[in-house]
Amino acid sequence: MNRVTKISTLAVTASLLAATASADKWSDQFPHIKNTGDIAGECSYESMSKKDYGGQKLTINTHAVPVMGEPTALHAEQFSALTGAEVKVIHTPAGDLYSKAMVPFQAGQAPYDIVFGFSNFLRDWKQYLEPVPAKYVNMPQMQDVTQGHIDVNSWDGEMIQFPIDGDRHYLKYRKDVIDNPEYQVKYKAETGNELRVPQTWKEYGEMAAFFNGWDWDNDGELEYGSAEVMKKDDLMFAAFFSRSVAYSKNPRVKGGFFFDLETMEPLINGPGFVAALTDWVEATKYTPPGGINFSLGDEINSFGGGQTLFSFSWDDAFIAAMQDDSPIKNKVGSAPLPGSDSVWNRSTGAWENTYNQAPYIVWGWTAAVAKQSKNHDMAFDYLCFFANDANHQADIAIGRFGVNPFRKSDFIPEIYVERQGWDSEIAKQYSETLLAMEEGSTNRVFPLRVPGVFQFNSAVATGTSKALAGQLSPQEALDEVAAEWTKIVKRIGADTVREAYAVGVALEDAE
Amino acid sequence: MNFKHKYLFLLPGLLVLLGILIFPIGFTVRLSFSSWDSFYPGLDFIGLDNYIRLFTDDMRFWEAFGRLSLLSLTTVFLQYVIGFSLALMVWKQIVFQRFFRVLFLIPMMTTPVIMTVVWRTFFHESLGPANDFLSLFGMQPLWLSSEILSKFTVILVEVWQWTPFMFLLLLAGLLSLPKEPYLAASIDGAGPVRTFVYVTFPLMAPISIGAIIIRLIEASKIMDTVYVLTSGGPGTATETSSFYIFIKGLREFQFGYSAALSLTYLVIMIISFTIIAKILTKLMVRGS
Repeated sequence: MNRVTKISTLAVTASLLAATASADKWSDQFPHIKNTGDIAGECSYESMSKKDYGGQKLTINTHAVPVMGEPTALHAEQFSALTGAEVKVIHTPAGDLYSKAMVPFQAGQAPYDIVFGFSNFLRDWKQYLEPVPAKYVNMPQMQDVTQGHIDVNSWDGEMIQFPIDGDRHYLKYRKDVIDNPEYQVKYKAETGNELRVPQTWKEYGEMAAFFNGWDWDNDGELEYGSAEVMKKDDLMFAAFFSRSVAYSKNPRVKGGFFFDLETMEPLINGPGFVAALTDWVEATKYTPPGGINFSLGDEINSFGGGQTLFSFSWDDAFIAAMQDDSPIKNKVGSAPLPGSDSVWNRSTGAWENTYNQAPYIVWGWTAAVAKQSKNHDMAFDYLCFFANDANHQADIAIGRFGVNPFRKSDFIPEIYVERQGWDSEIAKQYSETLLAMEEGSTNRVFPLRVPGVFQFNSAVATGTSKALAGQLSPQEALDEVAAEWTKIVKRIGADTVREAYAVGVALEDAE
Repeated sequence: MNFKHKYLFLLPGLLVLLGILIFPIGFTVRLSFSSWDSFYPGLDFIGLDNYIRLFTDDMRFWEAFGRLSLLSLTTVFLQYVIGFSLALMVWKQIVFQRFFRVLFLIPMMTTPVIMTVVWRTFFHESLGPANDFLSLFGMQPLWLSSEILSKFTVILVEVWQWTPFMFLLLLAGLLSLPKEPYLAASIDGAGPVRTFVYVTFPLMAPISIGAIIIRLIEASKIMDTVYVLTSGGPGTATETSSFYIFIKGLREFQFGYSAALSLTYLVIMIISFTIIAKILTKLMVRGS
C-alpha cells in the first residue's frame, strides 16, 4: 500500500469515525438521539437505565399530539424501556389542560402524577404541586437553563415547575424580501422610507400594508402583510400584550405593567395599550383574508407556508419556515419585537418621545409533579429524562414538538447550521435575538401570573376581539376590559392579587 | 302483597333517579350559591350574589341569549322546511328511493366536531377551497370573520348537520299516515298542493311539533359548532349562552357563577319551550 493510499484510508476512516462518533448503544436502541448519542448526565439514558421502577405506574396528562404531546409520549416510551416503569400518557386539548388538572386538584385527588400546562398557570396550581427537589435544581443540566426561564418556572425563588421548553414572542420576517435591493429601491421610491427590519410597530404596519395583496415572491399566489393570532380566546391576548409592551413598558416607571402595584388599579386602558390596540385594529387591513380569525395554528401555517411578510409570536412559525420541507427555508429572519417612537409614562401622565423596546417573556409549556402523587421520585426522574441533554437537542430540531430553546447552550448558532441545515447568518441572527431577549434587556415584561389568571386573560380576549371586529373603539374596548379587571380584583381580593402580582413585578423591575 | 312491598320494588328505580337526576341538579343549585372558583374552591355560601351579578351586571350573557334565540329559531325553521321537503320527496315511490333515504341521513351520522373542523377548513378565508373557487369570480366572502356572515356560516353548518334528524322524524310520520284521507281528497279532485295543505300538513302537525321542539331543545345547546368554527367571534358575534357558560365555567373556572348561569338558562328554556309548544299547537293543530 503506497503512502497516498495509506493517507487516504486513514482520512476516510477518520471521517467515518467522526460521523459515528456520536453513535453509541443508546442511539442504536433509541434513534431519536442519533445525532448526538447519549450525553452524560444525571438523567442521561445511561443513568436512567440503572434505575428500577418495575411494577410502578406513572400517569401523565399532557397536550394533544404533536405539540408537546408527541415528545411526552416518545420520552415516556423510552423511560419505560429504560426503567421498567409503566407510563400512561393522556392527551388533552390545550384549552382543557388547566381545568382537567384543576378539578382533581381541588377535589384532593391525584389522577395524574405529572401535569403539563402553561407556565402562567403557576399561581393557581402552585399549592397543588410538589416543588422541584434541590438535587434536580442543582444539576448541571439545570444550571444551563437561562435565568429568565428559571424565573418563569419558579415562584418567589422556589422552582415549582420543571423547565422543559422556552418561549418568547419575537418578530419573524421574510429576509428575501426585506433584504432584496430591488424592493428596497421600490419601497423607497414609493414611500420615501427605508425598507429594513422594522424598528417600530409603525414601520411594521407601513411595510406590511405595502406588501399586502400582491405576488411579491412570484409564486403565482397573492401574499399579504402579516399573520397574527387574532382569533378570540385562542391565545390572542398574548399577541395583544406583545404589541403593547413597546408603548406601555416604560423602563423609568417601576411598579407594574398590567396593574399599578400600589393601588391595584388596572393599567390596561391606559394610552399605551390603546395605541397598541389602535395599531392592531389597523393590522386587520394587512392580514390574509380571514386573518381576524387566525388561531396560532393558522399563523404558523400562514407565515411558515410563505403567505406573509411578517409574523410575531412563539418560535413555531419560524421553526416551521426553517424545516426542510418548507418552501421558504433559509429565507426568513428573526428580530426582537418592534418598538415604538414614544412610550407612555403613567407617573407623569404624558408620552415620552423616545425610542422604546421591551421583550415579552411570554408563558410557554412546562410540566410539574402533583403534590398528591405517590411517585415523586419517578415523576421527577421522568421530567429530568425528558429534558436531558440528548433528548433536548433532538427535540428542538423538530418543529412540531413545540420544544424551543431555553438553555444557554441552545444559543450557539453552529448547532442549527450543522444539525438542521440553517444558513449561518440566519442561525446567528436567531441565536442572538433570543439570547438578547433572555439576558440582554432589563426592560422585560413577564406574563401575568395571578390568581384567576384565566379570568383576566379572557376579559382581554373578549374586549380586544370586539375592537378587532369593529364592535367597539379601542378605547371603549379597553375601558370595558379595565372595568372587568376591576371587578375580578374585587372578587378575588386586591391584597391577594397584589401579593401574587408583586412576584412578577419584582422580576420586571430587577436591574 | 303488603302495601310497603310496592315501595320496596320502586326503590332501585328511585335511587337511580335520585343519583343521576336529582343529585346533579341539587348540587348545581347549591353550587350556584357559592363563590367556588380557581382560587377559592369549596361550597361557601354567598347567598344570591351570583344571581344579582347575573341580572344586574352581565349584559354579555343576555346578549349571548339573544344571539342563541336568533340562531336556534332560524336553524330549526330551515331544518323543518328542508327536512319536510326531503321527506316528501322520498315518501313517494321514486327512483333510488332507498339510496336517497340513506344519503340524506349521512350528515347526522358524522361526528359533529370533526365535521365542523372540515367545514372550518372549507370556509377558511385564505386557505380554504370555498374562497379558492369563488375567487375565480372575484369574490372573497369572509365566512368566519364578518359579523353577519359568520352567523350565516354557523347556521349553514347546523342546518347541514341536523336537517337529517328532522327528515328522519318527518319521514317516519309520513309513512305512518292513514291512506283514507288521501283517497277522499283524490275523489274530491284535490291536486297535490291542496292535498298537502289540507291533508298532509294537518295530519303531520303533531309529529311536526314534536320534531320542532326536540330540535329546538338540541339547537339551544349549540356549542361545538361555535367552539370550533369561530370561538364565538369575531368579537362576540356568534357567542351563544352555552358557549358563554362554558367559558365562565371551564375556561375561567368560575364554577359558582357558571352554576347560576346554567340554572337561570334552564328556567328560561323551560318557560320558553312551554310557550313555543303552545303557540305551535295553536298555529299548526287548531289553526288547521
